[in-house]
Amino acid sequence: MEASSHAAHLHDVHEAHHEHEMSFWQKYIFSTDHKVIGVQYGVTALLFLLFGFSLMMMMRWQLAYPQQPIPVVGGLLQKMLGAEMVADKILENGAKIPGVMSADLYNAFGAMHGTIMVFLAIVPLAFAAFGNLIVPLQIGAVDMAFPRVNMVSYQSYFIGGAIMLASFFVPGGAARSGWTSYSPLATLADRSHLFNGQTFWIIGMVFLITSSLLGAVNFIATIIQLRAPGMTWMRLPFFVWAQFVTAFLLLLAFPPLEAAAVMQLADNLVGTSFFLPSGLVVSGTPVPVSGGGSPLLWQHLFWFLGHPEVYVLILPGMGMVAEIIANNTRKPIWGYKSLVYSVLAIGFLSFIVWAHHMYLTGMGTKISTFFQTTTMIISIPSVIILTCLFISLWGGSIRFNTPMLFSLAFLPMFGIGGLTGLPLGFNFSDLHLHDTYYVIAHFHYVVAPGTIFALFAGIYYWYPKVTGRFMSEFWGKVHFWLSLIFMNLIFQPMFAQGMAGLNRRMADGGATYAESDSVIGFAPAILKANVGISHAAWLLGVAQLPFIINFFVSIAKGRRVESDNPWGATTLEWQTPTPPPHGNFTKPIEVHRGPYEYSVPGHAADFTPQNAPESLHKA
Amino acid sequence: MEIPYTVSPRPDTGLFNAKVGIWLFLASEVMLFGALFSSYILLRVGATAWPHGLLNVPIGTFNTAVLITSSITMVLAWANMKMGNPGRSRLYLGITVLCGFAFLGVKSKEYYDKFVHYEVRLVDGTVMDGHIKPSPDFKINKFKAESGTIVVEAENVLKANPGESMADAKDRLPAKERYHHGHEEREVKASDIRWISNYTPKHSPYFAIYFTLTGLHALHVFGGMIVLGYFWFQNRTMGRTQTERYTNRLEVGGLFWHFVDLVWIFLFPVLYLL
Repeated sequence: MEASSHAAHLHDVHEAHHEHEMSFWQKYIFSTDHKVIGVQYGVTALLFLLFGFSLMMMMRWQLAYPQQPIPVVGGLLQKMLGAEMVADKILENGAKIPGVMSADLYNAFGAMHGTIMVFLAIVPLAFAAFGNLIVPLQIGAVDMAFPRVNMVSYQSYFIGGAIMLASFFVPGGAARSGWTSYSPLATLADRSHLFNGQTFWIIGMVFLITSSLLGAVNFIATIIQLRAPGMTWMRLPFFVWAQFVTAFLLLLAFPPLEAAAVMQLADNLVGTSFFLPSGLVVSGTPVPVSGGGSPLLWQHLFWFLGHPEVYVLILPGMGMVAEIIANNTRKPIWGYKSLVYSVLAIGFLSFIVWAHHMYLTGMGTKISTFFQTTTMIISIPSVIILTCLFISLWGGSIRFNTPMLFSLAFLPMFGIGGLTGLPLGFNFSDLHLHDTYYVIAHFHYVVAPGTIFALFAGIYYWYPKVTGRFMSEFWGKVHFWLSLIFMNLIFQPMFAQGMAGLNRRMADGGATYAESDSVIGFAPAILKANVGISHAAWLLGVAQLPFIINFFVSIAKGRRVESDNPWGATTLEWQTPTPPPHGNFTKPIEVHRGPYEYSVPGHAADFTPQNAPESLHKA
Repeated sequence: MEIPYTVSPRPDTGLFNAKVGIWLFLASEVMLFGALFSSYILLRVGATAWPHGLLNVPIGTFNTAVLITSSITMVLAWANMKMGNPGRSRLYLGITVLCGFAFLGVKSKEYYDKFVHYEVRLVDGTVMDGHIKPSPDFKINKFKAESGTIVVEAENVLKANPGESMADAKDRLPAKERYHHGHEEREVKASDIRWISNYTPKHSPYFAIYFTLTGLHALHVFGGMIVLGYFWFQNRTMGRTQTERYTNRLEVGGLFWHFVDLVWIFLFPVLYLL
């Protein structure tokens, strides 16, 4: 007893000095603090975002100038990936210029661009980084419900990312069957290597799925259990609602992909035929498998995740935009309840629309009709959300700061992305548009100038809370206007290319189509557009430099915040010290009102924090 | 800093954190196994013939009984903690883990029986299944026997159309046209063999989904045993000092164990009986 009480005493002493005693590793690498984990997620995901974009910039070279060596990085690329993947261009005088991208490498880059952007960049940034940083603060919690699970979740994500990156260097190169990894293509693409890029892809995915599942459980439990006293469901900021629904989507949609991944792994390594039909012949030789499997099964399982995943990508962005719009119009969000019910409706409906990705598989007209109907229905709550956000602007005296500019741009950009999805949701028009550049333009409008703009808005908006300094407004605006212009220059022409019938997965950007012009019959301008689009893509890359420099320089040199609540916001994350300490709140917090009490008549200030005491009403 | 509701329930939800967590985790598990069951349905509906009677029903029934028993002892372990009998709780928890061992032991035996069982399809259309006598000649590469002669201790021998599987033939042929001998020894030349495979996942979608479903389930049993085994040791320490917290742990671990049991309750009829 004596010894144990002594130990307990020592333990208490240790606790008291906890903050000082933590080593670098405990504090920044193996931290269980939700804010540190949020920053870890954020920085890692931003790096993956840049990496995924770099892959695309190289692919855009191949599309604009097929079979020409990639300038600047061509030689380096050949050194890293080998001459098999990156060939030499032999000039007339015999000189060799390295850097010609092979079709295999183009396919690998395409598959990995999609995988990295969706699973390693946007979801971790929108859901995990912002969720970790903001959600516990906004609900008035001390931390996440399961801090150690939270840490493991980030580590699992990190390992998954490392495996994905390593896959570029395994013999045969990275996965090259699209980010959807359709079977049997994915199983048959590289049979000469057992542990090929596809196998790495699957194992990497298993880690990423595990990470998302742990995160989802943690977020839902946190939001249910750790809301501060008085924080009722209808007082939750809309961002928390969006994250709550997103977490449910991840929780319930990812496991089927995990099952599918296990089955595809078995197909690749053990020789099963889950997704391999009978009588498969490749290059004239029968494939030695039992057959009897179903390629459609993979597509069903993949899109059962894949479609909810689309809403995982967009809902957190919508939540951030709602917060920023309310804050910068200085008035409550219009239709808070409609927003909440719409986001719940989207959550439910997103589970029964998946097969609208599969109209061309021959699964039958009755099934197509069902999914076409549900697809049209799910557009209703999406439109309600967008409409509410638009109406919220009405009559506000808007502050046009950088976060607000990005949020305002989000609305029409997401609108374009959403509306151009309708022709894809109808199966008769999808027959023509399926797998063309139209599809690329459509979903990039949703995710790139849509979600990514919302993420930029969130970064500019919450940066002062995390660092105690603002990012530069001037360079923020430069970043915004250039990004807006180049985003549109990239994706608008793709609608035209797609409607003209340009297929999306061609390693030469449709150069082979040009030969059969009489058959396909599209104008040379459609192919020429590739050159313009590529230049816009590279300029978009240049336009990110102000952001990257601004992001790092502002940590030390940015303008200091004068108060803990520099934007004059109502939600709880601004009612803590800056940056918030371990445990978040210096005194117990109690919530007395809804999240958007801006410009309440009779109040002295034009914002009333959620935790301001009741008596304020009478003042 | 202390996170609230780790031990005592939050008043308005009536739950402690880990209980919310485990239910959410189980929801994702339902989707995981649900996807595999759906795959089973899709594969079976799409198959030309689905094998029957390849699994041993009495053994499966025994394993079902073992798992149900373990679920009962799991509840008793938790209830005894609640009633203040940590010693008995420890006993019941021990029995639960032992039941897990028994289940996995039986399952391994079942797996082994399948691994040494072969289906052989000959060029002339004869299909047979059974054990193969050990021989230095005997090597399979991609459904082909390499060289020499093998001896099949055949259990079933059927005259089918060339290329047809045992399941196809059984499905098509009337019962009287099937031979059924105890152990008829057949000598088969490797060159006569069109296709040969033991009952492993690569044999057919049936065994692929059987091994995936039961393998994943067995992994869950194994994981549950590790956690419950850890709790068994904790009974003497945390179980005596922080009784409420320990009881909560048993409840959460028990919920997982019951779920794993429930999955088997679906697996058994689907794989063994239908």
